[in-house]
Amino acid sequence: MADSANSARGDLKLTRITKSYGDFTAVDDLSLTIPEGSFFALLGPSGCGKTTTLRMIAGLEEPTVGSIHLGSTDITTTKPYQRPINTVFQNYALFPHLTIFENIAFGLRRRGIKDVDEAVNKVLNLVELPHLAQRKPTQLSGGQQQRIALARAIVNRPALLLLDEPLGALDLKLRRQMQIELKWIQKEVGLTFVHVTHDQEEAMTMADTIAVMNEGKIEQMGSPADLYDNPKTAFVANFLGQSNLIKGSLVGTDGDSLVAELFGQKISLPRNRSHAVDSSIFAGIRPEKFRISLLQTPVSGNVLSGGKIEDVSYIGVSTQYQVMMPWGQELMVFEQNDDGVAPFQIGDAVNISWEPIFTFALRGDEDAEAGTEVIPEDLDEE
Amino acid sequence: MKKISTPYLLLIPGFAFLFIFFILPIANLAQTSTQTPLLNGDTGQYEQTFRFANYIDAFIENREQFSRSFIYAIIATLIALLISYPLAYALAFKAGKYKNILLVLVVAPFFTSFLLRTVAWKQILGEEGFVVPSLRTIGVISESTTLTSTSFAVVMGMTYNFLPFMTLPLYASIDRIDPRTLEASGDLYANGFTTFRKVTLPLSMPGVVAGTLLTFIPAAGDYVNAQILGSPNTKMLGNVIESRYFKIVDYPTAAALSFTLMAAILILVTIYIRKAGTEELV
Repeated sequence: MADSANSARGDLKLTRITKSYGDFTAVDDLSLTIPEGSFFALLGPSGCGKTTTLRMIAGLEEPTVGSIHLGSTDITTTKPYQRPINTVFQNYALFPHLTIFENIAFGLRRRGIKDVDEAVNKVLNLVELPHLAQRKPTQLSGGQQQRIALARAIVNRPALLLLDEPLGALDLKLRRQMQIELKWIQKEVGLTFVHVTHDQEEAMTMADTIAVMNEGKIEQMGSPADLYDNPKTAFVANFLGQSNLIKGSLVGTDGDSLVAELFGQKISLPRNRSHAVDSSIFAGIRPEKFRISLLQTPVSGNVLSGGKIEDVSYIGVSTQYQVMMPWGQELMVFEQNDDGVAPFQIGDAVNISWEPIFTFALRGDEDAEAGTEVIPEDLDEE
Repeated sequence: MKKISTPYLLLIPGFAFLFIFFILPIANLAQTSTQTPLLNGDTGQYEQTFRFANYIDAFIENREQFSRSFIYAIIATLIALLISYPLAYALAFKAGKYKNILLVLVVAPFFTSFLLRTVAWKQILGEEGFVVPSLRTIGVISESTTLTSTSFAVVMGMTYNFLPFMTLPLYASIDRIDPRTLEASGDLYANGFTTFRKVTLPLSMPGVVAGTLLTFIPAAGDYVNAQILGSPNTKMLGNVIESRYFKIVDYPTAAALSFTLMAAILILVTIYIRKAGTEELV
């Protein structure tokens, strides 16, 4: 079985992939290149098509239209067992009738590889569970099963490792720990990881590059910082963290900056962060970029005046404020509790200010609520 | 005290039932098996003489039917397994929304009497049925060959009658297999056949063991199929026991044969379960 597909290496390239089930289009004309050796995340809500995309890469589904290449080899219709790709399944899918050792050895034995013992023991040491080799999967905790599922996949040294919500079944603390470990293991083994998740924090912690998916399409792709600071659509702005989107219009330019008017107040923003197509925009500012000040305090940068504190939530590391603006919109502000100043009180009249470089502009005809109503916990519905 | 005694109280009806309808008759049967005819007595009158040689006599006299019972039962079980496995697999993984309807169809024959279904096979395999003429036309059997009153007919009848006992446990255990483990197997370089051999089959072994036992045990003791579909040359041990009891009124031989059959089945089943190694599973 050592044919060309099995030994293919290189970048993974999806070209104009569409996958339809009857009338429903799960993945819609998607093109994507995943560079060899990267940690790539496909991020999106339930039903956005990310799992279908992953299954097509694994060979468990065939695209309706389009092609998949690994390096220069076309693997679009290659059977899963002929692809140098391994998957860490959502609920691990360990073989319940085999010992942990035999679970990990499964792929090696199928390919007739010698020195199975050495390879399995090495990977068991990598995931720090060598003492469990002779147990059955049901005797392991969720976290241990997760590591074994990972070991079973990486022992084959695939060209591509696919992770399908691999941490979804773990509790929060274990998930954080595994995120760090996964990233470390990826560096250690140097394989290409493609990670599917609905958890934006997980994607941002681990991935070099994130593709945000929505309704079968990629909304935006880039580094975590790039996506967070410079989202191109309302969906990305809202799905990755939170955003305040304020309706306004572009009224002029000032060197490298654009000038916008938001309900009669002028602000400026960097030209390269505007994704508007005409003068109608939504100005976007992340809640932690805002500063709140009392009316008489002098402030610099962009300022929106006339706010009134509606709600205060103290959450330790920061305090979250809801500030009602004169045009009837509530803005969200996160303030670090690091300046020893007593928090503002409900009813205080305040100004809101921020550095102009933290402003981004979206098309004015977007749905400002896109990506906010997503409930991230309904994992099993996919 | 209450907490301990309640479960035992709940066990009483079951135990009482088993004692009256299983333990006592078995003891009675054991007692009968070593009796000899009463001197100068009528037909059917026996006295207890603890003649254990009854067992040897009965076995030697009927060893042909004895081995036939096991051979027929083993063949019927194997054919039922070959038919049921793909059926159960399709029910579990491929039937989709028709799953429940198809499951009802599997047990539907139970709505008719066992005897009636067996008699129906006589029609199916008879000269006037469609099977014999069709097979003759395509030349599988010669013009003079008939299918009724043959061991083929008996084995087919048994296979058919016990098929649901094979299918249902198989279905139950295949249905429990997480399809993702099969995907994982494919993902780990196993082709379809290897996946079946290394994952599907081992995971369905509890169903295979349960199904083969549920088919083999009643088949080995069956006499209805041989009676209706067979001939004197296809008599099984069940037929001998039946005629010894009800026609010849030779109770001791019938009882001894019953015990021998029971012991033989128990031994075979024990060896089988050991070999199949089901205790490793789950």
